[in-house]
Amino acid sequence: MNHALILPILLPLITGAGQLLFYQAPFALQRLLGFASTFWLVLLGIWCLQVAGNGEHLVYHAGDWPAPFGIVLILDRLSAVMLALTAVLGFCCLLYASNGGDQRGAHFHALFQFQLAGLNGAFLTGDLFNLFVFFEILLIASYALLLHGGGRARSRAGLHYVIINLVGSALFLIALGTLYGLTGTLNMADLAQRVAQAPPGDVPLLAAASLLLLVVFGVKAAILPLLFWLPRAYSAASAPVAALFAIMTKVGIYAILRVFLLVFALGEAPINETAWGWLWPLALFTLALGGIGVLGSNSLRTLTAYLVVLSVGTLLATISFATQESLGAALFYLIHSTGMTAVFFLLADLLGQQREEGYDNFTATGPIGHRWLLGTVFFFAAIAMVGLPPFSGFVSKAWILQASAQESQGFWLWGVLLAAALLTLIAVSRTGSSWFWRPGDMARPYPLERGPLTLVSSMVGLNGLLAVFGEPVMGYLELTAQQLLDPHAYIAAVLPEAFVARQEVAP
Amino acid sequence: MALLYAITLGVLTTCGVYLLLRARTFTVILGLTLLSHAVNLYLFASGRLVSSAPAIIGLSEQPADPLPQALVLTAIVIGFAMTAFVVVLALKAAVELRNDHVDGENPDEDLA
Repeated sequence: MNHALILPILLPLITGAGQLLFYQAPFALQRLLGFASTFWLVLLGIWCLQVAGNGEHLVYHAGDWPAPFGIVLILDRLSAVMLALTAVLGFCCLLYASNGGDQRGAHFHALFQFQLAGLNGAFLTGDLFNLFVFFEILLIASYALLLHGGGRARSRAGLHYVIINLVGSALFLIALGTLYGLTGTLNMADLAQRVAQAPPGDVPLLAAASLLLLVVFGVKAAILPLLFWLPRAYSAASAPVAALFAIMTKVGIYAILRVFLLVFALGEAPINETAWGWLWPLALFTLALGGIGVLGSNSLRTLTAYLVVLSVGTLLATISFATQESLGAALFYLIHSTGMTAVFFLLADLLGQQREEGYDNFTATGPIGHRWLLGTVFFFAAIAMVGLPPFSGFVSKAWILQASAQESQGFWLWGVLLAAALLTLIAVSRTGSSWFWRPGDMARPYPLERGPLTLVSSMVGLNGLLAVFGEPVMGYLELTAQQLLDPHAYIAAVLPEAFVARQEVAP
Repeated sequence: MALLYAITLGVLTTCGVYLLLRARTFTVILGLTLLSHAVNLYLFASGRLVSSAPAIIGLSEQPADPLPQALVLTAIVIGFAMTAFVVVLALKAAVELRNDHVDGENPDEDLA
């Protein structure tokens, strides 16, 4: 048993607790601690990618209790990808925040670490109730982070965000209670086997529980009828927090992948068919709404929030095909879209600070300082976001379209995805031309801080690198998709004895 | 006992959902509290309802399932913390926005 597997949870948890205990210590020290912990998380993420890359499932039995009685942490390729993505994104957000944004409210660094701990835990756990607990950890940290900096808009958005997530938690518990009452277990691998062998009378209840879980994850991921909290909350949050929240909707998508490709995927008539049937039209509508919202936004932050909605729609529509190629393409798009929406949230703040009036509102028409430099950065970021070559947005969209072309209903995705991309292109070029082109030079521009600008530029550069090294990444993600579609290997890793017994009975 | 339990759950959930859909933050929080009570009871019932069977081996022929009790305990703690947080947040919002409407503004007052 490799104890390093619990480090992605323990390290930020302990760091965060330490930062809380010694909150009177110099602020620089807190910052340094946060950086140290997050940097180690990046290294751990790379290690996880490497270890999980050989296709094995790494299992960690908490307290050495055997599964399914104790809680297990499981590292497979999907978890590793998500851990690494979270760590890199977290590091970038922390760098941006350390430019002064972290001093506008109390305990930013501690909350940030708790948020990372919750995220990493959700990606690692192999137990459904434990997933609920980590969801709550990341949510309560996100509630406080959303309010970081104070102000009326944040209180207003925060109230909606907190209440809808509390209702989501209640539904999560109802689903868990139903599953436990019917199967007597909450370990995902064990649950998958018992759901597959459930008597026919229990199947409708299990399907109801699965759809409740879909609603809960839909609230987190922001699927159509459940997304109206998102634009307001994301556009009210401070820039580094909103950028970190780019991964929060992806947690919902991760949970959908994990639960519906493992727990409800086995048996003669898998229950997840119902979920895919619901997910496909809803995802398409989400995608369309994202495109319309992007065009109708009144500030760059709201626009970016709708870009998050758009990416969620694209991801879920692609995922609902549930083939190896579509899952691989979706995961590639997940990495691209998380990075780019984060870049846009940071960019909205960076550009807003340099504008003479109106911050990031589209109604203001005043000039912007350093317009050649900032305009170039915005130009490249916009190209990467919309999905034009040479950035990874193009690669990921091409792959998604290629994967969906093989499906009978794929042309719907082609139509909606390309139309939404066109709307995004129009909205982003309108922003660019009205901010950088139309107004003249600013007489006395505000001083430009080099750190944040370099950071945002290098994040766009990372996106370009993702396209350059697309081939190995795509290979890794295809193997990830293959692993996801083979839940038996996951079950065999968690419950070796049960699996052997079942194999003997089956033939 | 099962019938009484089910009716209690139903009443709690109904009241919770009704209050949740009100427009004032205080009633919404009351609704959330009632809903979380219902959920905790529901989780507890997922280990089956039996009387005089403590969750200790040896005291009765068939001990109760201890896991739902542990789950409920966790859910209560989390629910308590969340309720405390949302109460403070609602107070903060009410002070900053000068009203307790869930949308931060009262549509009726604008009309008047």
